[in-house]
Amino acid sequence: MSIQVRNLSKSFGDFHALRNVSVDMESGQLTAVLGPSGGGKSTLLRIIAGLEEADRGTVLIDGSDVTNVAARNRGIGFVFQHYAAFTHMTVWDNVAFGLKVAKAPKGKIKARVGELLDLVHLSGLAPRYPAELSGGQRQRMALARALAVEPALLLLDEPFGALDVKVRQELREWLRRLHDEVNTTTIFVTHDQEEAMEISDQIIVINEGRVEQSGTPDTLYDRPVNDFVMGFLGPVTTLGGNLVRPHDIHVSRTAGSAGHPARIERLVSLGFETRLVADPGPGADPVTVQLTRNHIHELALEVGDQVYLSVSAHPARLLTALEG
Amino acid sequence: MADVAIGGTLLRRRGAPLRRPVSAGIGPGLSVLYLSLLVGLPVAALISKSANVNAWSFVWHDPHTRSVLEFTFFIALAIAVLNAITGVALAWVLVRDDFPGKRIVNSLIDLPFALPTIVAGLVLLTLYGPGSPIGVNVAATRVGVLFALLFVTLPFVTRAVQPVLLSLELDVEDAAACLGAKPLTIFRRIILPAILPATLTGAALAFARALGEYGSVVLIGGNIPHTEIGSQVIANLVENGAPQAAAAVGLALIVMALLVLLVLALVTRRWSRHA
Repeated sequence: MSIQVRNLSKSFGDFHALRNVSVDMESGQLTAVLGPSGGGKSTLLRIIAGLEEADRGTVLIDGSDVTNVAARNRGIGFVFQHYAAFTHMTVWDNVAFGLKVAKAPKGKIKARVGELLDLVHLSGLAPRYPAELSGGQRQRMALARALAVEPALLLLDEPFGALDVKVRQELREWLRRLHDEVNTTTIFVTHDQEEAMEISDQIIVINEGRVEQSGTPDTLYDRPVNDFVMGFLGPVTTLGGNLVRPHDIHVSRTAGSAGHPARIERLVSLGFETRLVADPGPGADPVTVQLTRNHIHELALEVGDQVYLSVSAHPARLLTALEG
Repeated sequence: MADVAIGGTLLRRRGAPLRRPVSAGIGPGLSVLYLSLLVGLPVAALISKSANVNAWSFVWHDPHTRSVLEFTFFIALAIAVLNAITGVALAWVLVRDDFPGKRIVNSLIDLPFALPTIVAGLVLLTLYGPGSPIGVNVAATRVGVLFALLFVTLPFVTRAVQPVLLSLELDVEDAAACLGAKPLTIFRRIILPAILPATLTGAALAFARALGEYGSVVLIGGNIPHTEIGSQVIANLVENGAPQAAAAVGLALIVMALLVLLVLALVTRRWSRHA
């Protein structure tokens, strides 16, 4: 199921959540809507779901205009950051809710709920209540509940935002596998660029209510259209007035043709990677460089040493840093 | 009486206390002593006072007393049911809707509690009595008594349900909507189960209050047998030198209240076990 969003605007009082946003999401893809908090990404998702009404603009699902269709008639599965569990119902009843509302035959409900609980590995917990589950289990239940009505479109609003790092890591891999298995179109909102890079086919970067850029994770990482996207998709540092990725900086002990002299201020060992902070002299910001530990050993770098920094042969992307 | 229902909701959730300080015995001891002096002892005195075959035979056989007790019970039940409906509606409007003057309306809810009940009775008599400025005269009728009781019990359900409605996550309703539920289904299947315990607690308190109300009904009731409720019968019996019969009527009221509170507490417990 493909989604086309055309010229969407939405304000809450003086706050412009979305300003003339147009995006496309292709059928069968896993799309991440990425951006900082308050950037409008959740609003976009809620408007697609029909939970929020746009001030202007249209939403097309598979080519048909659903702008004025109520949420309950859009056939969309929605997963909320804080689970939105029906606390007075068992896990089984939570998952069965949509089927019961649709008055599906009892036998079908039973089979479908069993199947879904298997899919999210909660079969053993069917008679429990949400309060008796862990955060990760609750979110898996919420996912099963959303999938029960076989939505062609699955929307997830910061689905792993309330979970701890380890569970989040597990669940995001699992979501990717699930997406491939059930074969829906999936859109999820996140402020975590790593999460977006890791599992999505397409990323839409939204900031201050505008789409900054959309494309594959590699495109966005390697060819960001502006400083914001570059900064949001990965670490950046400034070298000679240019915004570069810290792993694209080459460190040498001898001055080359384009080497910027700098003095090593700090060496931070982070396991495989070592972070080098160098001072290029007065008036310039410290430069951060990512190196492997071996590289540091080869060059026998020490704090206080003079080095020459240059951008490696094929930098992912060079952007002129904004002045000021 | 009120303590039973409130305790029922407050004490339910957790099991044993997490830590036991050295002074563990003192707190409970003092609490029990205080409750005994204020509640236990008077009730015990009432029981011992009414421990008299003639008194109970009077309650059972005197047609007027019986009909008053029946009327009291049923009007209190009606008050509980009506309050459950209007109280939820009021709480809903105050939590979910925005309109000018909402804060004023919100503070008006507490007025029946703040007003001395006899003043409430006076207010109602002025408005709905003979010479009513709006032409409605329900003085000395059972409808008048119903009005008075509705007035003094107004805050119970509203104030019990309001915080629960406030704490409901809107996401949960959105989730139900995405799953295809219509607004009415969402209310019935999602919201109602969440607010039912608070509604029942409020209704139980309104019931208990209606059962024992005196000040507000005494004026609008018009002092005729037809509109008397339990508390007035007790006052009359005491005035006429029949304290044992009065105690028996009092105990009958207490038993009614306890029975209703017990039933509601059981229902509440069943519903809110997992909330």
